[in-house]
Amino acid sequence: MRTGIRFLLGTETRNLSDVDPTRTVLDYLRDDESLCGTKEGCAEGDCGACTVMLADRDGAGGIRYRPVNSCIMFLPALDGKQLVTIEHLRGPGGALHDVQKAMMDHHAAQCGFCTPGFVMSLATLHRAGVAVDRTEIADALAGNLCRCTGYRPIYDAARSVLAVPRDKTDRAAETSALAAKLDMLDTESESLDMTGAGRRFIAPRSLGELTALLAVHPDALILGGGTDIGLWVTKQRRHLPLLIATEQVPELRRIESSETQLSIGAAVPYADAMASLAALHPATATLLRRIGSRQIRERGTIGGNIANGSPIGDMPPLLIAMGAVLVIASATGERRLAVEAFFLGYRQTALQPGEVLARIEIPKPSPDIHLGIYKVSKRFDQDISAVCAGFALELDNGLVRSMRIGYGGMAATPVRALDVETKLIGAVWGLAIVETAMDAIDQAFTPLSDMRASAQYRRMIARNLLLKFYLEHPAKGETAIRLRLDQPESLTA
Amino acid sequence: MTSPIGASIPHDSARLHVSGEALYIDDIPEPRGLLHAAMGLSTEAHARILSLDLTAVRAAPGVVAVIAAEDVPGINDIGPIFPGDPIFADGITQYHGQVIFAVAARTRAEARAATALASITYEKLTPILTLDEALAREDARVAPSRLMKRGEPDLALARSRHRLHGTLYVGGQDHFYLEGQIAVAHPGEQGDMLIQSSTQNPSELQHLVAHALHVPDHSVICETRRMGGGFGGKESQAAIPAAIAALLATRTGRSVKCRMDRDDDMIVTGKRHPFRIDYDVGFDDQGLIGGVHFMLAGDCGHSADLSTGVNDRAMMHADNCYFLENVSILSHRCRTNTVSHTAFRGFGGPQGIMAIEYVLDEIARHLKRDPLLIRQRNFYGITARNVTPYNMVVEDNIIAALVDELARSSDYAARRKAIAAFNLNSRWIKRGIALVPVKFGISFTAIHLNQAGALVQLYTDGSVLLNHGGTEMGQGLFIKVAQVVAEEFGITIDRVRVTATSTAKVPNTSPTAASAGTDLNAKAAQAAAHTIKLRLAHVAAEIFAVPATAVIFANGEVIAGRNRLPFAEMTKLARMQRVSLSATGFYATPKIHFDAETQTGRPFYYFAYGAAVTEVEVDGLTGEYRQRRVDILHDCGKSLNPAIDLGQIEGGFVQGAGWLTSEELWWDDRGQLRTHAPSTYKIPAMGDLAPKFRARIYEAGRNRENAIFRSKAVGEPPLNLGISVFHAIKDAVAAFSANGLSPHLDAPATPERVLMAIEKLRAAAKPGLDRAKAAE
Repeated sequence: MRTGIRFLLGTETRNLSDVDPTRTVLDYLRDDESLCGTKEGCAEGDCGACTVMLADRDGAGGIRYRPVNSCIMFLPALDGKQLVTIEHLRGPGGALHDVQKAMMDHHAAQCGFCTPGFVMSLATLHRAGVAVDRTEIADALAGNLCRCTGYRPIYDAARSVLAVPRDKTDRAAETSALAAKLDMLDTESESLDMTGAGRRFIAPRSLGELTALLAVHPDALILGGGTDIGLWVTKQRRHLPLLIATEQVPELRRIESSETQLSIGAAVPYADAMASLAALHPATATLLRRIGSRQIRERGTIGGNIANGSPIGDMPPLLIAMGAVLVIASATGERRLAVEAFFLGYRQTALQPGEVLARIEIPKPSPDIHLGIYKVSKRFDQDISAVCAGFALELDNGLVRSMRIGYGGMAATPVRALDVETKLIGAVWGLAIVETAMDAIDQAFTPLSDMRASAQYRRMIARNLLLKFYLEHPAKGETAIRLRLDQPESLTA
Repeated sequence: MTSPIGASIPHDSARLHVSGEALYIDDIPEPRGLLHAAMGLSTEAHARILSLDLTAVRAAPGVVAVIAAEDVPGINDIGPIFPGDPIFADGITQYHGQVIFAVAARTRAEARAATALASITYEKLTPILTLDEALAREDARVAPSRLMKRGEPDLALARSRHRLHGTLYVGGQDHFYLEGQIAVAHPGEQGDMLIQSSTQNPSELQHLVAHALHVPDHSVICETRRMGGGFGGKESQAAIPAAIAALLATRTGRSVKCRMDRDDDMIVTGKRHPFRIDYDVGFDDQGLIGGVHFMLAGDCGHSADLSTGVNDRAMMHADNCYFLENVSILSHRCRTNTVSHTAFRGFGGPQGIMAIEYVLDEIARHLKRDPLLIRQRNFYGITARNVTPYNMVVEDNIIAALVDELARSSDYAARRKAIAAFNLNSRWIKRGIALVPVKFGISFTAIHLNQAGALVQLYTDGSVLLNHGGTEMGQGLFIKVAQVVAEEFGITIDRVRVTATSTAKVPNTSPTAASAGTDLNAKAAQAAAHTIKLRLAHVAAEIFAVPATAVIFANGEVIAGRNRLPFAEMTKLARMQRVSLSATGFYATPKIHFDAETQTGRPFYYFAYGAAVTEVEVDGLTGEYRQRRVDILHDCGKSLNPAIDLGQIEGGFVQGAGWLTSEELWWDDRGQLRTHAPSTYKIPAMGDLAPKFRARIYEAGRNRENAIFRSKAVGEPPLNLGISVFHAIKDAVAAFSANGLSPHLDAPATPERVLMAIEKLRAAAKPGLDRAKAAE
């Protein structure tokens, strides 16, 4: 067991032991390293002022660069990786990085406080070395808030530096050198088990090790990407005595695709699963880019979004509609559970002590399935749903053969609307039955009023989203109406 | 060398911003033994504090000092104009989240953890939690009501052919500067205190801290290099962390940093005033307003703070660009048990403009005419119909020409037709368009604040150190003032350095607010530079035997007849001649005056103008919307720095749009703010930017008044351009009405409010019709 973490800060090696494993990377940078270019704007991963770049081997000899929110990331997440901050971006002799220069040339900083975060998000994109379009820029920067500029000059700066594909040839040497340096850290041969400030952090390196640990420490808190648990520390100031992390467990980081299903390890970050999920159906892609921000998706895991039991997680409604199954592991083996059966009450799940969510198995939709996923929130990007709804419809000669409906935001948990489904199955797919089902939605839910939406509005849109789904997937012979304000039309200049 | 005036020179800190090297207060290296402060907050909106037991707080790990109301040696109040803003609640809590005590500890985490250990018992009192409740109670005022009246509105209304009345609610807005409130206090000898603060108002902060510490003003120095955004939120509210840090620094004899985390910042400090607007308007068939009554009720929160000024300005902007011959504007300054609302970019002006713009839109919909036409009909005239309700003649009116140019360049008329055609064929998604003009008065309405000082110092290498009373919050004030000084001396901009604003360098300054930062401070700096220049000219005149008036400063040189010498040489010569190379400058805005009793005068030196056209698309099933295209034309006079000014225009527009769309403050039934972080409070993100976004500076602009190089202030006016987004949404919502009804829409127009407005129109059309139609 290693009792300390090793990582690269820029090009320098750091060994940290006997530190609080729930200390955030942001506090470490600012307080311990006096690297104050990275800012705290919100301490909850919502404003992006703390954005830094995290580099790690991609398993195929390359390096994967991720923009992440340092304000909610605990120190052990750095283990075995390279951390790049705004201070490390400038070239020899202090020359500005292309992104920095573009931001300056376009007058893209006013107060300048959010600027390092924007620069780091863009620099990460810049490393990828591919051209990006307007939608991709807006997506990459959805997690960076600016209160001064109104974004236009930042967009122009991004466009100028990213719109042209860049030569990638000189990256190979750099990549292999960095990979070699990361190899030298030698963090993979032993699991991490560090203690500091009365807190313990264990990062097992196999599922067997993980479940064995959970059997011994049933009270341990299982940590995925930490995009939720990070806030327990920064916002609720909770003392977390024992954390067991899933990030280094290879079995939980796998994505496997067969003819019939896609299996996603519970510890796979959204960003890594985007392509596979998008390939399932176009509807999933539109939802995924609205979950959190790029920074959140680089850390946040699909398993975490389910296992935290939140009523407003965006994946469960989709997964319920798609008929996904959860595989739960423990020292005694595995068990399987439909997603909708996992949620027992507000923030209560079917996970028993000693158990961990291992993977999510999503049946591949048949070509004739109609899938719709809708998220309604105050702001289009990087917001939490008022209501999120997933619909999966199969028709047979104009009759509803099957219909699965998942809702978030309508109850204390994500729910499957079985009563509504029952109304629809076997009926002629048409406006008449949809209206009956809309009334059934009214009967089925008593949502809450809170700062995101009133109960009345939630009921109204829960109904209307089914109507919207119908209008977009109408009965045979009727013209589908596209009812989206999002891409592609509105975002292409 | 070309003149720096009118050049798009980058922000003076641009390089530091993009490289992460710009030092904000929290980035300044900390001195030995620095302590961190945290605040203990009230959990009741209105209650008597029966007991306050801080024993456990004092005993918590790392805690060095704990203080509450009784520990304030001086005055426990940081109300900027009126008392009523205690640093620590004394006996009674006035809002949920009010500061009751503060802790200094070795680390931030220890300080924050300790605040949770207080044991406080309350006797609950009945809070006033809504503006309507406060309005209904005459004792719920923070200041006396005001009435502005001109002509015979009652008579005019009675005679009008058409009459409409209604009520509009406009929500508040959190500043959401990216850098939260922060101050560091460093104790010195003899009771001296140096405060490094993220403040727009160093002088006032100095005074308030001195009063709290019970020391003379000269013992307190306040310093501000830059803020990570201010927007009015750091005008009076910055005194909260500063006073706490200073009190704890006095108590402990150690430097104390008080950095509020985002949640505390949003819970403890004031916001834009929410308003209720009642109107009663009479007009003719052409939409010309005959008479109008306004009742403007501002939610001031628990104390007066800056609320009198904010509500005054709301009254003074309820005309916007329109001649209101017979008008009354009644203003109530309502007290609620919420955080004390404060300055926010526009300072009440935007709420006033919302009032009249809503009325004009309603008139247009009633008459079934293009709202732009109705707006144009009511514009102020040039030689007649040109007097405001407060009896100021509008001398610089350019609104008609500016709006014409924008309507043309944005293709307004054709797009309006195209939108109508689109809406005919689109049942569930409708589009809307709106052109909203803006006239905004420039000057502090508190006349005495319209003054500024500057200090210019030359060194013998010809470099210039510039200080003035203004503060840099990102708006580009420092570079603009530096441009003026560089122009005065005929040197390049890199020879001029602006350093931190300090009350020890330039005393008794006004806040950097009311858009007047450049107008005031650039004039003061120009005066200081001019004084030194004259001294240099006399030295040159004597040495080279030319008249002083013939000495020219240009291209980094001083030219005296046939003699030319580098500027640096000139400064050396002056020193050898024992001539002072430093000077102060002062400026007071001319012409302005106002009589608060009669509500008449000339409160503004001039007006800034602008207009915006916004097109949106609204989803009739969810109420969601997107901006499709935005065109802005804005008057900066002769712009000192077009790049900086454009940044203010665009940023102001987006901030104004955020205020009226996604930014919703939500208090629960206990008076607890539940939107106190970006996870719940949604300012615009990049994706909200219209894909076609075209902002331009009005080329023909020129200030008729002798403002600095004929430029115009640009901080606040463009925020009001965001009102066009609200009205574009309202226009799209109206398109859902089957029988031409006008929707009622309050602000912020969240998707929820939009859908509710649409549903009301549908219900009004004919119950059940919707579904029948959908079946077609």
